[in-house]
Amino acid sequence: MVRYAGNPSAAADLVEPNQVHRDVYINQDVYKLEMQHVFANTWVFVGHESQTSAKGDYFATQIGDQPVIQVRHKADDIHVLYNRCPHKGTKIVIDRQGNTGKFFRCPYHAWSFKTDGCLLAIPLKKGYEGTDLEKTASGKGMKAVGAVKNYRGFIFARLAEEGISFEAFFGDSLSSLDNMVDRSPEGRLEVVGPPLRYMHHCNWKMLVENQTDTCHPMVAHESSAGTAVKLYEELDLPEGAPKPPAMEIIAPFMSPYEFFEGMGIRTWPNGHGHTGVNHSIHSNYTAIDGYFEAMTAAYGEEKAKAILDENRHNTVYFPNIMVKGPIQQLRVFIPLAADKTVVESYIYRLVGAPDELTARTAMYNRMINAPTSIVGHDDLEMYERAQEGLQSDSMEWVNIQRLLEDGEDFTEEAVNNGTTERQMRNQFNAWAKFMTYDVAAQEAVE
Amino acid sequence: MSVSKDQLIDFIYEETRMLDEGRYTEWLALWLADGHYWMPLDYKQSDPINETSLLYEDMFMLKLRVERLNGVRTFSQKPKSRCHHVIQRPFVDERDGGRFVTNTSMHYVETRLDEQQLLALTARHELALVDGKLRIANKRVDILNCDAAFRNIQLLP
Repeated sequence: MVRYAGNPSAAADLVEPNQVHRDVYINQDVYKLEMQHVFANTWVFVGHESQTSAKGDYFATQIGDQPVIQVRHKADDIHVLYNRCPHKGTKIVIDRQGNTGKFFRCPYHAWSFKTDGCLLAIPLKKGYEGTDLEKTASGKGMKAVGAVKNYRGFIFARLAEEGISFEAFFGDSLSSLDNMVDRSPEGRLEVVGPPLRYMHHCNWKMLVENQTDTCHPMVAHESSAGTAVKLYEELDLPEGAPKPPAMEIIAPFMSPYEFFEGMGIRTWPNGHGHTGVNHSIHSNYTAIDGYFEAMTAAYGEEKAKAILDENRHNTVYFPNIMVKGPIQQLRVFIPLAADKTVVESYIYRLVGAPDELTARTAMYNRMINAPTSIVGHDDLEMYERAQEGLQSDSMEWVNIQRLLEDGEDFTEEAVNNGTTERQMRNQFNAWAKFMTYDVAAQEAVE
Repeated sequence: MSVSKDQLIDFIYEETRMLDEGRYTEWLALWLADGHYWMPLDYKQSDPINETSLLYEDMFMLKLRVERLNGVRTFSQKPKSRCHHVIQRPFVDERDGGRFVTNTSMHYVETRLDEQQLLALTARHELALVDGKLRIANKRVDILNCDAAFRNIQLLP
């Protein structure tokens, strides 16, 4: 049996051009390596700036398995700190969000820290005189992550001190985030309410892969989308009568294979990619009064049209988020263990746009992404059956070779048939790359 | 025709029994055509439209939800889930002409295969008297730990 602990190269060997070994999904040591390497060497989504809009506002979350705090230090300066007191390890904040005022104060021994993490004060400090506390990591305050980037309101962080730059990591894939933000006439989004939180007993990568899996909707969602279509037909409404909102949101999941083939998939280097190059399930939503006019006033008609004609379906940003530009949503797949993932689904308000757009994204979120959603039930059932089925020793490999081409080069952007599994292969290529990224850097130094 | 406090309370008990016994056709018939079943996501949420909820379903969605439970290819219901409500005696908060509001604390258990989950909740029913019969005009279900990460909730709390 392969020993993975401390051996990222052994984990990277689990990825082949047409298949991946089941241990990438079920092995807890591989999970730990992912946390130490993949989630440390990449740029991982933390939160949106509007979740910490005032000085002292904080938001507590995780980057991989690392507890972190996103905090507004100054008007235009957001920091990401490890949520750990440098003294004894106590989590500094335990609620998901709040305002800490001018400084953080550990509730255990009252060590206090500025909102950029610097040590501010320690009670009875003379007890440390002559002990060289300032030379220790504890004496320096709350540790910050390696690097932080605020990209148009979205906060990303890299845990590693050294590594790939934000621009090199995302490249042209940022066009999907751009399109989502550009859909606000003011070029600005605001988070709306708390996220849906949905617990899955499966590996986080199954959820990420599903975002560009275009051969499952008409099968796995026949129970929800197919039944919706059937009920609608039974209503036998007169022509032109308004459709139930569920028909606009859920029914497109039953589109035939040809629809998904034609929609196209684009892949970018470093594991990013999206479905819906040419059209998507979001293409035929009803126009909302006043929105196009507001967009035209802000951007001019030509640019407004170009922004709204882009109907990308799901954009995966490696490693663990998915963005839906046309309906202003972001889903984070937070890995808790090899077989445990919590999904958080956020919606955003397009500042300057009519409220009906917020109502639509709220409706989509509860219909599709909620633990109470019939579509969600369809998906969870498949992930968890896969997680259990992979325990079978009958086969050790998982197939990802649909529309595989000879010598695929993931350093190039590509557009393919919408039912290709190239984006899954692209993700695993990036997974192996960042699994060994610091190993390669280390070897180059030596 | 007036409705007594006992009739209102009995109605709530009957409704939860229908859900527990899976008598969904009867249950759907309790609803007025423009009713909504709302399950907020946020504690004390006041807006069902412009914020995310766990559920905010009209009759089309509720019918779809119920119809789906028996679908041949509804894999998440193979095997089927079962549920069980234990309810406290409902408070009758408003009794005004043909409109009534009740508030009921419940413990809800849902199970499938080896998993079972317990939810504590408060149901607020808006009832109306139509043609001599009590009907559900709207129902709001607040789950005590609405901010927790849930597993599937497939039936109706």
